[in-house]
Amino acid sequence: MRARNYFVGAAFALLAVGIGHSAVAEDIKIGEINSYSLLPSFTEPYRKGWQLAVEEINAAGGINGKKLVVISKDDGGKPADAQTAANELVSSEGVAMLTGTFLSNIGLAVSDFANQKKVFFLAAEPLTDAITWSKGNKYTFRLRPSNYMQAAMLVEAASKLPAKRWATIAPNYEYGQSAVAVFKKLMSEKRPDIQWVDEQWPPQGKIDAGPVVQAVAQANPEAILNVTFGPDLVKLVREGNTRGLFRGREVVSFLTGEPEYLDPLKDETPEGWIVTGYPWYSIKTPEHDAFLKAYQGKYNDYPRLGSIVGYQTIKAAAAIIAKAGSTDTDKMIAAAEGISMPSPFGEITFRKIDHQSTLGAFVGKTAQKDGKGVMVDASYKKGADYLPSDAEVEKLRPKD
Amino acid sequence: MAFYVVQFLTGLASAASLFLVASGLSIIFGVTRIVNFAHGAFYMIGAYIAFTLTERFSGAFGFWGGVLAAALAVALIGVLVEMVLLRRIYHAPELFQLLGTFGLTLMVEDLVVLIWGPDDLVGRRAPGFKGAVDFFGQNIPSYDLFLIVLGPVVLGVLWLLFQRTRWGVLVRAATQDRDMVAALGVNQKWLFTSVFAVGVFLAALGGALQIPRDAVHHAMDLRIIVEVFVVVVIGGLGSIVGAFVAAVLVSELNAFGILIFPKISIILVFLVMAAVLIVRPWGLFGKPEAAARKTPGLTVNPWRPLTQNERLGSLAALLVAAMLPLFAGNYALTVGSEIAIFVIFAVSLHFLMSVGGLASFGHAAYFGLGAYGVAFLAKMAGLPMIVCLLLGPLLGCMGAAVFGFFAVQLSGVYFAMLTLAFAQIVWSIAFQWVSVTGGDNGILGVWPASWAASVSHFYWLALGIAALVTIALRIAVFSPFGYALRATRDSVLRSEAVGINAKRIQWTAFVISGTTAGIGGALFAYLKGSVFPDNLGISLSVDALVMVLLGGVETVSGGVIGAIVYKALNIWLVSQTDLSKLVLGGFIVLIVVVFPKGIVGMLELLAQRRRRSSPPGSSLLAKPIESAE
Repeated sequence: MRARNYFVGAAFALLAVGIGHSAVAEDIKIGEINSYSLLPSFTEPYRKGWQLAVEEINAAGGINGKKLVVISKDDGGKPADAQTAANELVSSEGVAMLTGTFLSNIGLAVSDFANQKKVFFLAAEPLTDAITWSKGNKYTFRLRPSNYMQAAMLVEAASKLPAKRWATIAPNYEYGQSAVAVFKKLMSEKRPDIQWVDEQWPPQGKIDAGPVVQAVAQANPEAILNVTFGPDLVKLVREGNTRGLFRGREVVSFLTGEPEYLDPLKDETPEGWIVTGYPWYSIKTPEHDAFLKAYQGKYNDYPRLGSIVGYQTIKAAAAIIAKAGSTDTDKMIAAAEGISMPSPFGEITFRKIDHQSTLGAFVGKTAQKDGKGVMVDASYKKGADYLPSDAEVEKLRPKD
Repeated sequence: MAFYVVQFLTGLASAASLFLVASGLSIIFGVTRIVNFAHGAFYMIGAYIAFTLTERFSGAFGFWGGVLAAALAVALIGVLVEMVLLRRIYHAPELFQLLGTFGLTLMVEDLVVLIWGPDDLVGRRAPGFKGAVDFFGQNIPSYDLFLIVLGPVVLGVLWLLFQRTRWGVLVRAATQDRDMVAALGVNQKWLFTSVFAVGVFLAALGGALQIPRDAVHHAMDLRIIVEVFVVVVIGGLGSIVGAFVAAVLVSELNAFGILIFPKISIILVFLVMAAVLIVRPWGLFGKPEAAARKTPGLTVNPWRPLTQNERLGSLAALLVAAMLPLFAGNYALTVGSEIAIFVIFAVSLHFLMSVGGLASFGHAAYFGLGAYGVAFLAKMAGLPMIVCLLLGPLLGCMGAAVFGFFAVQLSGVYFAMLTLAFAQIVWSIAFQWVSVTGGDNGILGVWPASWAASVSHFYWLALGIAALVTIALRIAVFSPFGYALRATRDSVLRSEAVGINAKRIQWTAFVISGTTAGIGGALFAYLKGSVFPDNLGISLSVDALVMVLLGGVETVSGGVIGAIVYKALNIWLVSQTDLSKLVLGGFIVLIVVVFPKGIVGMLELLAQRRRRSSPPGSSLLAKPIESAE
């Protein structure tokens, strides 16, 4: 048994004594899968987030009086292993629903598994549009704002820039490709005068940043769209800073404002990039304050975006089961369609039409403060405002 | 014009970092014949330690001192690894050391996260090399210029070391003929240790010097290891100059390639390697490998078909496995199906590797092609499951026929690397050709027909096919074709002298092996209900190698046992612990030390000893089918 299960178990044992019931058979079990070993910088805060949610839910009396237990598995970043884990959770552990996943292809693999085995699946992080649209299915819901939504939020800010010559740098896999495609499409709709002068597709995790930066600079764009993240982003930013790529050019960048990716940059953080992210230090709402206080109290660390995703995934799962009043899959689906619930970012709704939640994201600009990267002028964009019309969604999504 | 000069210089800077790491690998391989999979891990530890040191000690002295100290510290770790682990397994079958270093790599990946935490770390810039130099309006980072100078300097130092010192003479002699060096009374132990230390030092230095450019994180090793292998092979194994030229070639082609094809980086090095190896089978600067003096291990313990008792035992084990659905739940059965499929995959590679003496580093290509074959037929043509299962593996067969033709022209590590290149080319096609293969989002919804949909039915199907495949390949091993194949493995010259067409025999074996792997892949597609480029990826190829080596490459049943042990352990550990890589890696290292002939090889050895000391008894040790749990 893994150490953290002991830990969670111990916490539950204490709670169980307090509440006075300990019948294991009555627990509600949720299966959770993520790329813990492959992407620890995201998944560690994510795990802390969902553990906090479990603790809060059980402290408040569980779900309809039943204790919530989350059983968590590592997929190692491989779709096939994620399916093995999903199968173990469903067949062996008898979980009520599956949650989690980070990478788009793993999200799709588990979603297909859920569709085949008729299991409820709440995708936490995968950004691909396919999971709710072209490959959407009845059993799959998704929490995070999709690629399309984030692109639409960025386009809103980017289209106001005077720049006409644009270049793109994106990792060469589905996420990068679809982020660029959606951004280009939405951007060109708003600004038909724009020219796309260069595109670079470094392999994910293996960017040879020098030549890429040089190639983009040679095309002399007025603005750049960046989709790289993690170590690739660090290399790109460092080469770009040294070679002056960003000087006098606007940069619009996916995800860069998330603490997971912004914090490592420290004093290399470029100024004035328009980014999506999570400025936990400047959000002043009662919901977020409560979350921040609980999180910092429990872990003595600040939350990353992963913490929010993990926290809200389990909160959403609990809300859905509570509303359904049962762990029957069809009842949970009926309950989840259109359900509204509070979140640290304010109220969110899981849409009936495509099972996408309306959780939004913050859009702001990067800046340096005391040698650290921060997001300034950030404002929250509600997810509901950045989705296509229902008629378009109907066309995108296969009928159940 | 200035732009092209700058792009060229940028390419040179990339080449310098690549060269540092590659030269170390090349030296180690040249002398010790170890395919050091852990080279990337040493590179990564170098970066991590240098990060810690340069953060603690500031200033120019702190930075450069920290980088050097980190490289030295890692070299010490390398010495330790060599003395404790590798020294014990130099006499193990070829490539077995790969298994040990693979185990180490797995352990290191978990250890660095435990020690340094999960966040990406960004180190300081190098003092004195923070800015850029203006070159006709283009900026060249001064650190790049430093690297551009450093590359040739290291090359020069290594050249002097090899040409002008006694140690260097010994190293070159050992690269050419290490048995002769040993026969002349040179203390091989310390020669190997020192060579390993130098190689690891270079890797760690390469890692430490990345600090001002890169982020330090726990996946750095995998990012570099394959590329470095490719560079070493393009240059010619054991050739330092070759490694340098190859690093420059690859980096420059990439720097200019992305101007025309921005998506080329993902596949470029493998294209170059495939092209070079087809034209120059020993790399640019390599020499043909001298015919290795084989240890007589194989002749001492010749292969034999199973005895009557062993056959009965195997049958009994198969029956027990077939009764699993009576008492096991759905999850256990699905895992059982997966293990059965990996038995098929492992025996297919085992056939090529043990019987044919041809170690493929890209065997997942044929497994994955089988899976994609099924997915195309099922999703696009809408064919029923039986037809898909029969025709799907043909894609693996065709792939093996085409690539095998080129691959069998080579031997040894060059053969292995060409198969790797082909596998990566197939992988990148599956990855890039989004309109047909769905790219990395894969092809979904390839679920079995209703007759095989129930978990126990599918398990019986997988188990039955695994048993059939294993039996068929065993029959092939002891058929005239099998004997001919073993003859080409043991001595190409003698086998040709008795009239065996070695290349054709090997090519046939390659196609048989690839088709068999394709059968495994076809079943895998139905087991998972989906197909992803992962199914063709390097990590799956490595898994197959590990299974065969773990079971025992000099045995007939090694693939079966290796697959069962490795797959079951892997699935169980991933499910039970967060530190699955650490535990699995530790287990592999332990096996390597305790069972230097693999599990089955060691059991056979024990059985043999017992047989000598006591009257012969029935032995179930070589049974082909174990119960799946």
